[in-house]
Amino acid sequence: MTDVLDRPEAGDTLRVVGTRPARPDGVDKVTGRATYGADFTMAGQLVGKILRSPHAHARIVSIDTRKARALPGVKAIVIGTDFPDQASEELAGGEGASNIRDIALNCLARDKVLYQGHAVAAVAATSSSIADAALALIDVKYEVLPHVTDVEAAMAPDAPLLDETRFTTGLETKPDKPSNIASRMQLKRGDLADGFASADVIVEGRYITPAVHQGYIEPHACVASFGADGQCQVWASSQGQFMIRAYCAKILNIEASDIRVTPAEIGGGFGGKTTVYIEPVALALSKQAGAPVKIVMTRDEVFRATGPTSGAVIEVKLGAKSDGTIVAADVVLKYQAGAFPGSPVGAGAMTALACYNIPNFLITGYDVVNNTPKVAAYRAPGAPISAFGVESAVDELAEKLGMDPIALRLKNAVHDGDKAAYGPTFKNIGYVETLEAIANHPHYKAPLGPNQGRGLAVGFWFNVGGESTAAVNIVEDGSAVVISGNPDIGGSRASMAMMAAEVLGLPVEHVRPIVADTASIGFSMLTGGSRTTFATGMAVTQAAQKVVEDLKRRAAEIWDVAVDKVEWVNGSAVCLDAAKAKPDLTLAAIAGQSAKTGGPIGATIALNAQGAGPGFGVHLCDVEVDPETGHVSVVRYTAAQDVGKAIHPSYVEGQVQGGAVQGIGWALNEEYVFDGKGAMENPGFLDYRMPVASDLPMIDAVLVEVANPRHPFGAKGVGEVPIVPPLAAVGNAVSRAIGVRMHDLPLSPPRVRAAIDAG
Amino acid sequence: MSQLDYLAPASAEDAAKALAAGGDTARPLSGGTDLLVQLRAGRLKPGLIVDLKKIPGAIGIREEAGGFVIGAATSGAALGEHAPLVRAWPGVVEATNLIGSTQIQGRASMAGNICNASPAADSVPALVAARATCVVVGPTGRRTVPVEEIPVGPGRTSLAPGEFVLEIRLPPRGFHAADAYLRSIPRTEMDIAVVGVAVNLTLGVDGVITDARIALGAVGPTVIVAREAAAVLVGTRAEDDVLARLDEAARAVCRPISDKRGTAEFRTKITGVLARRVATIAYARAKERI
Amino acid sequence: MKQHVTATVNGDPVEFLSDPGMTLLDALRDELGLTGSKEGCGSGDCGACSVVVDGRLVCSCLMLAAEAEGHRIETIEGMAEGSVLHPLQRKFIEHAALQCGFCTPGLLVAAKALLDSNPDPSETEVRYWLAGNLCRCTGYDKVIRAVMDAGAEMRQARVA
Repeated sequence: MTDVLDRPEAGDTLRVVGTRPARPDGVDKVTGRATYGADFTMAGQLVGKILRSPHAHARIVSIDTRKARALPGVKAIVIGTDFPDQASEELAGGEGASNIRDIALNCLARDKVLYQGHAVAAVAATSSSIADAALALIDVKYEVLPHVTDVEAAMAPDAPLLDETRFTTGLETKPDKPSNIASRMQLKRGDLADGFASADVIVEGRYITPAVHQGYIEPHACVASFGADGQCQVWASSQGQFMIRAYCAKILNIEASDIRVTPAEIGGGFGGKTTVYIEPVALALSKQAGAPVKIVMTRDEVFRATGPTSGAVIEVKLGAKSDGTIVAADVVLKYQAGAFPGSPVGAGAMTALACYNIPNFLITGYDVVNNTPKVAAYRAPGAPISAFGVESAVDELAEKLGMDPIALRLKNAVHDGDKAAYGPTFKNIGYVETLEAIANHPHYKAPLGPNQGRGLAVGFWFNVGGESTAAVNIVEDGSAVVISGNPDIGGSRASMAMMAAEVLGLPVEHVRPIVADTASIGFSMLTGGSRTTFATGMAVTQAAQKVVEDLKRRAAEIWDVAVDKVEWVNGSAVCLDAAKAKPDLTLAAIAGQSAKTGGPIGATIALNAQGAGPGFGVHLCDVEVDPETGHVSVVRYTAAQDVGKAIHPSYVEGQVQGGAVQGIGWALNEEYVFDGKGAMENPGFLDYRMPVASDLPMIDAVLVEVANPRHPFGAKGVGEVPIVPPLAAVGNAVSRAIGVRMHDLPLSPPRVRAAIDAG
Repeated sequence: MSQLDYLAPASAEDAAKALAAGGDTARPLSGGTDLLVQLRAGRLKPGLIVDLKKIPGAIGIREEAGGFVIGAATSGAALGEHAPLVRAWPGVVEATNLIGSTQIQGRASMAGNICNASPAADSVPALVAARATCVVVGPTGRRTVPVEEIPVGPGRTSLAPGEFVLEIRLPPRGFHAADAYLRSIPRTEMDIAVVGVAVNLTLGVDGVITDARIALGAVGPTVIVAREAAAVLVGTRAEDDVLARLDEAARAVCRPISDKRGTAEFRTKITGVLARRVATIAYARAKERI
Repeated sequence: MKQHVTATVNGDPVEFLSDPGMTLLDALRDELGLTGSKEGCGSGDCGACSVVVDGRLVCSCLMLAAEAEGHRIETIEGMAEGSVLHPLQRKFIEHAALQCGFCTPGLLVAAKALLDSNPDPSETEVRYWLAGNLCRCTGYDKVIRAVMDAGAEMRQARVA
């Protein structure tokens, strides 16, 4: 493990960062007191419910709401045309830029419904049963259109078109026919034909991954209140209160400062809560009703109308020298976007070969609309899909070459100074160290039992920085409050408090971190892209450093010495001026007389963090296959990752374990199943099969620390990398266990048994 | 808005009267683990729910004439805790205990499992293999019906309006007898059976099978009693070649559909696999009792 | 017709009016203000609404509120004794066995029911007992460790 570089107090050992204190929100969460989206209520609140399309693709001929309006207890009804008209415009605010018109149309359809479950109308009523009855009284006339759910079927020239005015962008020549292919993108290097011509060995495969849902346990929920004076409040569970503010302001044409969004505790998101579905609808209902409106989705609605991530087809062709040097790669990615453009194919393409130094490659990505829910970000969006294809192909290459899978990857590994396949030059990466951590792990050499197989796969994620605001305020008794604008999705309040405590020299228990509403802290991009500990952590650290500078100035003033004669040591000012011989001034002592030294003590830092270090993961998976039933059991799993510096190692391990298990679910049993009419057949946890506790072994998380010098404590984002390798790690393990290369996910018993039978 | 009423009568006769008066929209409630899901999903809009749990005997297990009488609303968890029942009918209990989670076990009943009439119900193949019967109460009195005659198709039962299952009766257990149940699911828990197989065996003192009954779940619209497959076992000690013939005979009677949970082809193959495995377990259990 | 329901929740007598279709979960959350029990699915598949009724672990979303009449219900809100956390609650914090925390109340109620009936469960027993409690954040590793460790501590306390 590499030591941490560039500490704020060079030479000091860290007291707080790297330890495992109790999280500040822990007691609230184990006692049931923490308030999530659906737990908040307002006096006089109405129940909001949404009417959804029964058809996968249809023109809306008419919507008659008269009968519903006449029902006693119904206070408001909104449909798509009640939202102001929107221009097609890309708006930053979510995980990436999103088209605001598409988001509005996804919240409430206008001319067409584009998937089964697409929202067409919403009701606010005095009770849940009245709202249900009102929905049943809304008369929507549809003209049902042919639909398409499969990605390749949607790409076909004669496919039913979701939008007759959409022409593929990114082609050399402008197309003359509309298409469901929203865009094509390419990344290339060298000469592909030359590369393959020089190869001794070529492997080629076509891989399929199904659409899968983020699967957060908390359904979307919000309470919205539209005041008669135009002042709005929203309480909602999301990954970004500022994202909700921005989208609601745009969709409803309200000045953003008139909307105050308070983040509830969030019951999981994984990218799926980086956009709006119900918040603008609840505000519109509240405006019409003149009362607060609460909307809570059912699980059925969550599956049918939110998320998922793309189902995809991945074609991979690799060429290598007999010594294992990969000389050419041709990767084609076809990603479902769902009802509107915006699949994560771009990130899928950029990450596909990021772990490899390959002189000749071509990566082609297609963003394809189809009649399924509009995809939303899901943990390392796009990357697990392309990694499944590439890592399966590399495993097949290792088998063909008779090479150890780690040796093959080490031979082709990217290092510091290498130009990444997606453009930039790598610095301070820990990929080789992470490969070596697995090579040296006892798991790698442990014997396998009968019907068992071992799979290895690697994964990459960029990690991002971006805009954050944080404030550190010193309380009069010498404790501190840390305020940030990022919902805490997996323990970030703990890491914020720890970084502030480290700089201030306080015990972490004396630092209270809170997540503030949009009116109480400056703008912060949402919690996503593995950015919070890096970027918001940087803002917190800098704010704490600014406070320390101020504390030193105040101590100097109290002592009447020069500022450079004051040092900050373990939470106290120490006077370096021997002549003065002043006893140390504790933070509490300085805070207690702040009025005499300039007033309240606090600092706010707003920044746009750059230099998030990319992350690499290497996963090793042992499976046992029942050859008669095709049932796959994961019997051992080890996940190593370069995390920069683990601020709170337990929560870093938790990210690695949780991401690995989501990936295992994706590999083994999760999938959207559609019937012949394009309706989702499994919109519940019974048949959308996420891993349960008895499906799994312990997940050994190995943290490799190669510091990121651009973060005050060396941190890199950690949340997304761990879902990238598991699909292929499990797939490679199954392929090796049964001696048949598996190309399609999920590796459910029927598919595995069929593969065994086909030999 | 549709109105919904809830009653918890204190006698079986009152319950039958209420159900009969409620007509098509009345539903009996025991554990509620299917009923409440259907209510919530809007698949069922009953006007009346008749809770059976206040009826004397609706909850509980008693031994009677060498057999067992199990109240309709007795939870799976209670079955698992009843040592004599577990010893006599391990297959029936393990099948029932496979339904859902620990939480579901706290409520779910065999009677509900039977009357929900899912082709994939776990307890039903085991009860059919055990030759269990139901005491059905209705407006005109009581009748005793073999379990396999209650479900007549997916979601449909032979119960007349006003009728409900009050008790399930397991027959007296002979010597050297045991049953077993296995199912195939994608995960390890929380799934609906893709295939379920129950085997109930009686051995002679020499270890030769004298009686066998096999029931297959999720490979037809209702549970299939695999008589030919059972006949393969009789007169044998469940040796490997016998098991191979059992596999074939079990597959031969399957009439599965392909759906989101599995293809017909897969279901058929797995039926053979499970038949072998379950017969082996049931045989070992029975043999221990010699 | 609304039903008048009288029950005991966390040792205290409660009364409320229930619509006949109302679940126990709805009654706890909306009528009694006990929002610690969560609704993740409404179909008994996630366990976030786990409560104990007369000593039996159940999903409160699969029980009518009217059925609670005369019964004894325990929820997450009754698990700590005043401000003293139950060993399971402490161990969940200590082991970082929660991330978003939404499934945590249900997991804790279920885990307590396990340790109450089986003070020394194996890892496999813990995993199968908790199979009805979905957690999407943790991958279960730290949850299982926390439950095992709490069990060990409670056994120690019993010996001492």
